[in-house]
Amino acid sequence: MPDPIHQFEVKRLFPLEIFGVDATFTNSALFMVAGVLLSFGLLMYASRGRSLVPSRMQSVAESVYEFVAGMVRDSMGEQGMKFFPLIFTFFMFILTLNMLGMIPGFFTVTSQIWVTAALAILVFLTVIVVGFAKNGLGFLKLFVPDGVPIYVLPLVSLIEVISFFSRPLSHSLRLFANMLAGHITLKVFAGFIIMLLGAGGAASAIAPLPLLAVLGITALEFLVAFLQAYVFTMLTCMYLNDALHPGH
Amino acid sequence: MTEPVTTGTEVPHGGTADKVFPPLDPSTVSPQLVWLAITFVALYFLLKKIAIPRIGGVIEERQNRIQRDIDAAERLKDEIDGAMRTYEKSLADARGNATAIARTTQEKLSAEVDRERAEVEAATAKKLADAEARIAETKRKALSSVGDIASEIAGPVVKQLTGKDVSADEVKRALTAGAGE
Repeated sequence: MPDPIHQFEVKRLFPLEIFGVDATFTNSALFMVAGVLLSFGLLMYASRGRSLVPSRMQSVAESVYEFVAGMVRDSMGEQGMKFFPLIFTFFMFILTLNMLGMIPGFFTVTSQIWVTAALAILVFLTVIVVGFAKNGLGFLKLFVPDGVPIYVLPLVSLIEVISFFSRPLSHSLRLFANMLAGHITLKVFAGFIIMLLGAGGAASAIAPLPLLAVLGITALEFLVAFLQAYVFTMLTCMYLNDALHPGH
Repeated sequence: MTEPVTTGTEVPHGGTADKVFPPLDPSTVSPQLVWLAITFVALYFLLKKIAIPRIGGVIEERQNRIQRDIDAAERLKDEIDGAMRTYEKSLADARGNATAIARTTQEKLSAEVDRERAEVEAATAKKLADAEARIAETKRKALSSVGDIASEIAGPVVKQLTGKDVSADEVKRALTAGAGE
Protein backbone atom coordinates (compact mmCIF):
# COMPACT_ATOMS: atom_id res chain seq x y z
CA MET A 1 0.00 0.00 0.00
CA PRO A 2 1.33 3.47 -0.89
CA ASP A 3 2.36 5.54 2.09
CA PRO A 4 -0.44 8.10 2.71
CA ILE A 5 1.95 10.32 4.65
CA HIS A 6 4.56 10.57 1.94
CA GLN A 7 2.67 13.42 0.22
CA PHE A 8 3.25 15.74 3.17
CA GLU A 9 7.02 15.48 3.08
CA VAL A 10 8.81 18.75 2.64
CA LYS A 11 11.54 18.17 0.06
CA ARG A 12 14.56 20.40 -0.11
CA LEU A 13 14.95 21.57 -3.70
CA PHE A 14 18.00 23.81 -3.36
CA PRO A 15 19.70 25.06 -0.23
CA LEU A 16 19.61 28.72 0.68
CA GLU A 17 20.55 30.71 3.72
CA ILE A 18 19.41 34.26 4.49
CA PHE A 19 21.25 36.04 7.34
CA GLY A 20 22.23 32.69 8.76
CA VAL A 21 18.64 31.44 8.74
CA ASP A 22 17.84 28.23 6.94
CA ALA A 23 15.78 29.41 3.96
CA THR A 24 16.13 26.32 1.82
CA PHE A 25 13.80 26.45 -1.16
CA THR A 26 11.50 23.47 -0.64
CA ASN A 27 8.53 22.06 -2.51
CA SER A 28 6.44 23.88 0.10
CA ALA A 29 8.07 27.19 -0.86
CA LEU A 30 7.62 26.33 -4.53
CA PHE A 31 3.88 25.93 -4.06
CA MET A 32 3.64 29.09 -1.98
CA VAL A 33 5.29 31.02 -4.80
CA ALA A 34 3.06 29.25 -7.32
CA GLY A 35 -0.01 30.09 -5.21
CA VAL A 36 0.92 33.76 -5.04
CA LEU A 37 1.57 33.97 -8.77
CA LEU A 38 -1.58 32.00 -9.59
CA SER A 39 -3.95 33.93 -7.35
CA PHE A 40 -2.51 37.31 -8.31
CA GLY A 41 -2.22 36.33 -11.99
CA LEU A 42 -5.81 35.03 -12.15
CA LEU A 43 -7.20 38.17 -10.53
CA MET A 44 -5.20 40.38 -12.91
CA TYR A 45 -6.08 38.31 -15.96
CA ALA A 46 -9.75 38.20 -15.05
CA SER A 47 -9.97 41.94 -14.49
CA ARG A 48 -7.83 42.92 -17.51
CA GLY A 49 -10.83 44.29 -19.44
CA ARG A 50 -11.89 46.61 -16.60
CA SER A 51 -15.20 46.72 -18.41
CA LEU A 52 -18.35 48.23 -17.02
CA VAL A 53 -20.25 45.15 -18.17
CA PRO A 54 -17.97 42.40 -16.87
CA SER A 55 -16.89 39.36 -18.84
CA ARG A 56 -17.39 35.96 -17.22
CA MET A 57 -13.86 35.90 -15.82
CA GLN A 58 -14.15 39.46 -14.57
CA SER A 59 -17.41 38.75 -12.80
CA VAL A 60 -15.73 35.78 -11.07
CA ALA A 61 -12.94 38.07 -9.83
CA GLU A 62 -15.53 40.65 -8.75
CA SER A 63 -17.61 37.99 -7.01
CA VAL A 64 -14.58 36.87 -4.97
CA TYR A 65 -13.82 40.49 -4.13
CA GLU A 66 -17.43 41.23 -3.16
CA PHE A 67 -17.65 37.96 -1.21
CA VAL A 68 -14.70 38.89 1.02
CA ALA A 69 -15.74 42.56 1.18
CA GLY A 70 -19.22 41.45 2.28
CA MET A 71 -17.68 39.23 4.96
CA VAL A 72 -15.58 42.13 6.27
CA ARG A 73 -18.51 44.59 6.23
CA ASP A 74 -20.93 42.17 7.86
CA SER A 75 -18.61 41.32 10.74
CA MET A 76 -16.73 44.59 11.32
CA GLY A 77 -18.82 47.26 9.63
CA GLU A 78 -17.51 49.88 7.24
CA GLN A 79 -14.56 50.77 9.50
CA GLY A 80 -13.29 47.20 9.10
CA MET A 81 -12.65 47.85 5.41
CA LYS A 82 -9.16 49.13 6.21
CA PHE A 83 -8.30 45.50 7.01
CA PHE A 84 -9.79 44.34 3.74
CA PRO A 85 -6.42 43.93 1.93
CA LEU A 86 -5.16 41.72 4.77
CA ILE A 87 -8.34 39.65 4.95
CA PHE A 88 -8.46 39.34 1.17
CA THR A 89 -4.82 38.18 1.17
CA PHE A 90 -5.62 35.52 3.79
CA PHE A 91 -8.57 34.28 1.76
CA MET A 92 -6.79 34.23 -1.60
CA PHE A 93 -3.62 32.68 -0.15
CA ILE A 94 -5.39 29.86 1.69
CA LEU A 95 -7.99 29.22 -1.03
CA THR A 96 -5.37 29.01 -3.79
CA LEU A 97 -3.07 26.75 -1.78
CA ASN A 98 -5.99 24.50 -0.75
CA MET A 99 -7.12 24.23 -4.37
CA LEU A 100 -3.60 23.67 -5.71
CA GLY A 101 -3.28 20.82 -3.23
CA MET A 102 -6.34 19.16 -4.79
CA ILE A 103 -4.41 18.51 -8.00
CA PRO A 104 -2.96 14.97 -7.80
CA GLY A 105 0.76 14.93 -7.09
CA PHE A 106 0.76 18.54 -5.91
CA PHE A 107 1.93 19.58 -2.46
CA THR A 108 -0.63 20.99 -0.02
CA VAL A 109 1.04 23.84 1.84
CA THR A 110 -1.93 24.27 4.19
CA SER A 111 -1.47 20.73 5.52
CA GLN A 112 1.73 21.91 7.23
CA ILE A 113 1.10 22.81 10.85
CA TRP A 114 3.92 25.38 10.86
CA VAL A 115 2.33 27.27 8.03
CA THR A 116 -1.19 27.33 9.47
CA ALA A 117 0.21 28.11 12.92
CA ALA A 118 2.18 31.05 11.54
CA LEU A 119 -0.93 32.37 9.79
CA ALA A 120 -3.02 31.97 12.96
CA ILE A 121 -0.34 33.68 15.08
CA LEU A 122 -0.22 36.52 12.58
CA VAL A 123 -3.97 36.98 13.07
CA PHE A 124 -3.58 36.71 16.86
CA LEU A 125 -0.82 39.32 17.00
CA THR A 126 -2.71 41.62 14.63
CA VAL A 127 -5.74 41.43 16.93
CA ILE A 128 -3.64 42.28 20.00
CA VAL A 129 -1.77 45.14 18.31
CA VAL A 130 -4.91 46.63 16.75
CA GLY A 131 -6.88 46.07 19.96
CA PHE A 132 -4.44 48.00 22.17
CA ALA A 133 -3.73 50.63 19.49
CA LYS A 134 -7.44 51.34 19.07
CA ASN A 135 -8.69 51.02 22.62
CA GLY A 136 -5.63 51.25 24.84
CA LEU A 137 -6.30 49.37 28.08
CA GLY A 138 -9.98 49.42 27.11
CA PHE A 139 -9.13 46.40 25.02
CA LEU A 140 -9.07 44.39 28.25
CA LYS A 141 -12.84 44.90 28.47
CA LEU A 142 -12.87 41.98 26.05
CA PHE A 143 -12.35 39.75 29.10
CA VAL A 144 -15.01 41.46 31.20
CA PRO A 145 -18.37 40.92 29.55
CA ASP A 146 -21.19 43.31 30.37
CA GLY A 147 -24.09 42.26 32.55
CA VAL A 148 -22.28 39.44 34.37
CA PRO A 149 -22.91 39.28 38.16
CA ILE A 150 -19.80 40.28 40.12
CA TYR A 151 -19.47 36.93 41.96
CA VAL A 152 -19.08 34.92 38.74
CA LEU A 153 -17.02 37.58 36.98
CA PRO A 154 -13.60 36.11 37.91
CA LEU A 155 -14.65 32.74 36.54
CA VAL A 156 -16.09 34.25 33.35
CA SER A 157 -12.98 36.40 32.86
CA LEU A 158 -10.76 33.36 33.33
CA ILE A 159 -12.75 31.48 30.70
CA GLU A 160 -12.58 34.49 28.36
CA VAL A 161 -8.80 34.71 28.78
CA ILE A 162 -8.34 31.00 28.16
CA SER A 163 -10.62 31.11 25.10
CA PHE A 164 -8.75 34.16 23.78
CA PHE A 165 -5.36 32.51 24.08
CA SER A 166 -6.54 29.20 22.66
CA ARG A 167 -7.80 30.97 19.54
CA PRO A 168 -4.56 30.62 17.52
CA LEU A 169 -4.48 26.93 18.43
CA SER A 170 -7.98 26.13 17.17
CA HIS A 171 -7.61 28.58 14.31
CA SER A 172 -4.50 26.84 12.98
CA LEU A 173 -5.44 23.27 13.86
CA ARG A 174 -8.82 23.50 12.13
CA LEU A 175 -7.29 24.33 8.74
CA PHE A 176 -4.33 21.99 9.19
CA ALA A 177 -6.38 19.00 10.37
CA ASN A 178 -9.05 19.38 7.70
CA MET A 179 -6.53 19.48 4.87
CA LEU A 180 -4.39 16.72 6.35
CA ALA A 181 -7.27 14.35 7.05
CA GLY A 182 -8.85 14.92 3.66
CA HIS A 183 -5.69 14.16 1.76
CA ILE A 184 -4.90 11.08 3.85
CA THR A 185 -8.44 9.76 3.30
CA LEU A 186 -8.15 10.28 -0.44
CA LYS A 187 -4.79 8.54 -0.56
CA VAL A 188 -5.98 5.60 1.56
CA PHE A 189 -9.08 5.00 -0.57
CA ALA A 190 -7.07 5.36 -3.76
CA GLY A 191 -4.62 2.81 -2.28
CA PHE A 192 -7.52 0.39 -1.74
CA ILE A 193 -8.25 0.38 -5.47
CA ILE A 194 -4.70 -0.67 -6.30
CA MET A 195 -4.61 -3.26 -3.51
CA LEU A 196 -7.92 -4.83 -4.59
CA LEU A 197 -6.92 -4.89 -8.25
CA GLY A 198 -3.56 -6.40 -7.31
CA ALA A 199 -5.22 -9.13 -5.22
CA GLY A 200 -7.09 -10.39 -8.31
CA GLY A 201 -10.23 -12.56 -8.45
CA ALA A 202 -13.23 -11.57 -6.35
CA ALA A 203 -11.29 -8.77 -4.66
CA SER A 204 -10.72 -7.10 -8.04
CA ALA A 205 -14.46 -7.18 -8.68
CA ILE A 206 -15.14 -4.82 -5.74
CA ALA A 207 -12.34 -2.41 -6.72
CA PRO A 208 -14.89 0.04 -8.23
CA LEU A 209 -16.36 0.61 -4.75
CA PRO A 210 -13.37 2.55 -3.35
CA LEU A 211 -13.17 4.27 -6.74
CA LEU A 212 -16.69 5.61 -6.19
CA ALA A 213 -15.69 6.60 -2.67
CA VAL A 214 -12.65 8.48 -4.00
CA LEU A 215 -14.93 10.26 -6.45
CA GLY A 216 -17.28 11.36 -3.67
CA ILE A 217 -14.49 12.31 -1.28
CA THR A 218 -12.77 14.35 -4.00
CA ALA A 219 -15.92 16.38 -4.47
CA LEU A 220 -16.20 16.76 -0.70
CA GLU A 221 -12.56 17.83 -0.45
CA PHE A 222 -13.09 20.59 -3.00
CA LEU A 223 -15.91 21.82 -0.79
CA VAL A 224 -13.69 21.56 2.29
CA ALA A 225 -10.85 23.37 0.49
CA PHE A 226 -13.18 26.31 -0.13
CA LEU A 227 -14.95 26.06 3.20
CA GLN A 228 -11.77 26.06 5.28
CA ALA A 229 -10.47 29.13 3.46
CA TYR A 230 -13.84 30.75 4.18
CA VAL A 231 -13.89 29.66 7.84
CA PHE A 232 -10.32 30.84 8.44
CA THR A 233 -11.12 34.23 6.88
CA MET A 234 -14.46 34.53 8.68
CA LEU A 235 -12.85 33.83 12.07
CA THR A 236 -10.11 36.35 11.27
CA CYS A 237 -12.87 38.93 10.67
CA MET A 238 -14.58 38.05 13.95
CA TYR A 239 -11.34 38.19 15.95
CA LEU A 240 -10.47 41.54 14.39
CA ASN A 241 -13.97 42.75 15.22
CA ASP A 242 -13.12 42.03 18.87
CA ALA A 243 -10.07 44.26 18.46
CA LEU A 244 -12.23 47.07 17.06
CA HIS A 245 -15.16 46.63 19.45
CA PRO A 246 -13.90 44.90 22.62
CA GLY A 247 -17.05 45.78 24.60
CA HIS A 248 -18.96 42.86 22.99
CA MET B 1 7.00 4.79 9.49
CA THR B 2 7.95 1.94 11.74
CA GLU B 3 11.71 2.23 11.29
CA PRO B 4 13.61 3.06 14.44
CA VAL B 5 14.27 6.74 14.93
CA THR B 6 17.87 7.51 14.03
CA THR B 7 19.95 9.74 16.15
CA GLY B 8 20.81 12.19 13.37
CA THR B 9 17.66 14.31 13.74
CA GLU B 10 19.21 17.01 15.90
CA VAL B 11 20.75 18.52 12.76
CA PRO B 12 17.80 19.49 10.52
CA HIS B 13 18.37 18.28 7.00
CA GLY B 14 16.19 16.59 4.40
CA GLY B 15 17.43 13.06 4.79
CA THR B 16 15.76 12.52 8.12
CA ALA B 17 12.43 14.16 7.30
CA ASP B 18 10.54 10.86 7.05
CA LYS B 19 11.53 9.73 10.52
CA VAL B 20 8.94 12.04 12.06
CA PHE B 21 5.39 12.77 10.97
CA PRO B 22 6.22 15.04 8.00
CA PRO B 23 3.57 17.76 8.51
CA LEU B 24 4.93 18.23 12.06
CA ASP B 25 8.62 17.94 11.17
CA PRO B 26 10.35 20.71 13.14
CA SER B 27 13.29 20.76 10.72
CA THR B 28 11.03 22.37 8.12
CA VAL B 29 9.92 25.26 10.34
CA SER B 30 12.60 27.71 9.29
CA PRO B 31 12.58 27.17 5.52
CA GLN B 32 8.78 27.08 5.39
CA LEU B 33 8.25 30.17 7.52
CA VAL B 34 10.88 32.20 5.67
CA TRP B 35 9.13 31.48 2.39
CA LEU B 36 5.70 31.90 3.94
CA ALA B 37 6.73 35.38 5.08
CA ILE B 38 8.18 36.24 1.67
CA THR B 39 5.21 34.94 -0.32
CA PHE B 40 2.51 36.21 2.05
CA VAL B 41 3.96 39.70 2.23
CA ALA B 42 4.45 39.70 -1.55
CA LEU B 43 0.85 38.65 -2.12
CA TYR B 44 -0.33 41.24 0.41
CA PHE B 45 1.37 44.09 -1.41
CA LEU B 46 0.49 42.79 -4.88
CA LEU B 47 -3.19 42.61 -3.91
CA LYS B 48 -3.23 45.82 -1.89
CA LYS B 49 -1.36 47.97 -4.41
CA ILE B 50 -2.51 46.49 -7.73
CA ALA B 51 -5.33 43.94 -7.73
CA ILE B 52 -7.68 45.46 -5.14
CA PRO B 53 -7.57 49.03 -6.54
CA ARG B 54 -8.13 47.59 -10.01
CA ILE B 55 -11.11 45.35 -9.20
CA GLY B 56 -12.51 47.70 -6.56
CA GLY B 57 -12.14 50.61 -8.97
CA VAL B 58 -14.17 48.86 -11.63
CA ILE B 59 -16.90 47.97 -9.12
CA GLU B 60 -16.95 51.50 -7.73
CA GLU B 61 -17.04 53.02 -11.20
CA ARG B 62 -19.94 50.77 -12.12
CA GLN B 63 -21.82 51.77 -8.97
CA ASN B 64 -21.19 55.44 -9.71
CA ARG B 65 -22.36 54.94 -13.27
CA ILE B 66 -25.49 53.15 -12.12
CA GLN B 67 -26.11 55.88 -9.54
CA ARG B 68 -25.68 58.53 -12.23
CA ASP B 69 -28.08 56.69 -14.50
CA ILE B 70 -30.61 56.34 -11.70
CA ASP B 71 -30.28 60.05 -10.94
CA ALA B 72 -30.76 60.90 -14.60
CA ALA B 73 -33.77 58.59 -14.75
CA GLU B 74 -35.26 60.25 -11.69
CA ARG B 75 -34.71 63.70 -13.17
CA LEU B 76 -36.39 62.61 -16.41
CA LYS B 77 -39.24 61.11 -14.44
CA ASP B 78 -39.73 64.43 -12.63
CA GLU B 79 -39.77 66.18 -15.99
CA ILE B 80 -42.29 63.68 -17.31
CA ASP B 81 -44.42 64.18 -14.21
CA GLY B 82 -44.30 67.94 -14.76
CA ALA B 83 -45.24 67.59 -18.41
CA MET B 84 -47.99 65.21 -17.42
CA ARG B 85 -49.36 67.68 -14.90
CA THR B 86 -49.26 70.49 -17.50
CA TYR B 87 -50.98 68.25 -20.00
CA GLU B 88 -53.66 67.23 -17.53
CA LYS B 89 -54.18 70.87 -16.54
CA SER B 90 -54.58 72.00 -20.15
CA LEU B 91 -56.82 69.02 -20.82
CA ALA B 92 -59.02 70.02 -17.88
CA ASP B 93 -58.99 73.65 -19.08
CA ALA B 94 -59.94 72.62 -22.60
CA ARG B 95 -62.65 70.41 -21.25
CA GLY B 96 -64.03 73.30 -19.15
CA ASN B 97 -63.90 75.62 -22.14
CA ALA B 98 -65.67 73.07 -24.30
CA THR B 99 -68.39 72.66 -21.69
CA ALA B 100 -68.82 76.42 -21.41
CA ILE B 101 -69.00 76.85 -25.18
CA ALA B 102 -71.48 74.00 -25.45
CA ARG B 103 -73.63 75.51 -22.74
CA THR B 104 -73.68 79.01 -24.25
CA THR B 105 -74.37 77.62 -27.70
CA GLN B 106 -77.21 75.55 -26.32
CA GLU B 107 -78.61 78.51 -24.48
CA LYS B 108 -78.35 80.68 -27.58
CA LEU B 109 -79.98 78.05 -29.73
CA SER B 110 -82.83 77.40 -27.34
CA ALA B 111 -83.45 81.16 -26.99
CA GLU B 112 -83.66 81.46 -30.78
CA VAL B 113 -85.94 78.45 -31.01
CA ASP B 114 -88.15 79.93 -28.30
CA ARG B 115 -88.29 83.25 -30.10
CA GLU B 116 -89.19 81.64 -33.44
CA ARG B 117 -91.79 79.50 -31.82
CA ALA B 118 -93.30 82.52 -30.17
CA GLU B 119 -93.36 84.31 -33.53
CA VAL B 120 -94.96 81.37 -35.27
CA GLU B 121 -97.46 80.98 -32.48
CA ALA B 122 -98.31 84.67 -32.60
CA ALA B 123 -98.78 84.54 -36.40
CA THR B 124 -100.90 81.44 -36.09
CA ALA B 125 -103.03 83.00 -33.38
CA LYS B 126 -103.55 86.10 -35.55
CA LYS B 127 -104.59 83.99 -38.53
CA LEU B 128 -106.92 82.01 -36.32
CA ALA B 129 -108.50 85.19 -35.00
CA ASP B 130 -108.91 86.56 -38.57
CA ALA B 131 -110.46 83.30 -39.70
CA GLU B 132 -112.84 83.31 -36.76
CA ALA B 133 -113.79 86.89 -37.48
CA ARG B 134 -114.44 86.04 -41.15
CA ILE B 135 -116.57 83.06 -40.17
CA ALA B 136 -118.58 85.20 -37.79
CA GLU B 137 -119.09 87.87 -40.51
CA THR B 138 -120.16 85.25 -43.04
CA LYS B 139 -122.53 83.72 -40.54
CA ARG B 140 -124.00 87.11 -39.66
CA LYS B 141 -124.41 87.92 -43.35
CA ALA B 142 -125.99 84.58 -44.00
CA LEU B 143 -128.39 85.00 -41.12
CA SER B 144 -129.41 88.51 -42.26
CA SER B 145 -130.00 87.15 -45.78
CA VAL B 146 -132.32 84.60 -44.22
CA GLY B 147 -134.46 87.52 -42.85
CA ASP B 148 -134.59 89.26 -46.23
CA ILE B 149 -135.56 86.07 -48.01
CA ALA B 150 -138.20 85.33 -45.40
CA SER B 151 -139.74 88.81 -45.71
CA GLU B 152 -139.63 88.59 -49.51
CA ILE B 153 -141.35 85.21 -49.43
CA ALA B 154 -143.74 86.10 -46.61
CA GLY B 155 -145.66 88.78 -48.69
CA PRO B 156 -146.62 86.44 -51.51
CA VAL B 157 -147.32 83.59 -49.09
CA VAL B 158 -149.70 85.76 -47.03
CA LYS B 159 -151.40 87.09 -50.23
CA GLN B 160 -151.81 83.61 -51.50
CA LEU B 161 -153.26 82.37 -48.20
CA THR B 162 -155.39 85.31 -47.21
CA GLY B 163 -155.76 87.10 -50.50
CA LYS B 164 -154.77 90.25 -48.73
CA ASP B 165 -152.08 92.51 -49.95
CA VAL B 166 -149.60 93.23 -47.21
CA SER B 167 -146.95 95.80 -47.59
CA ALA B 168 -143.38 94.88 -47.31
CA ASP B 169 -143.02 97.04 -44.17
CA GLU B 170 -145.78 95.18 -42.34
CA VAL B 171 -144.21 91.84 -43.16
CA LYS B 172 -140.93 93.04 -41.92
CA ARG B 173 -142.41 94.37 -38.69
CA ALA B 174 -144.20 91.11 -38.13
CA LEU B 175 -141.08 89.09 -38.78
CA THR B 176 -138.86 91.13 -36.53
CA ALA B 177 -141.58 91.04 -33.90
CA GLY B 178 -141.72 87.27 -34.24
CA ALA B 179 -138.02 86.99 -34.23
CA GLY B 180 -137.86 89.30 -31.26
CA GLU B 181 -140.12 87.08 -29.16
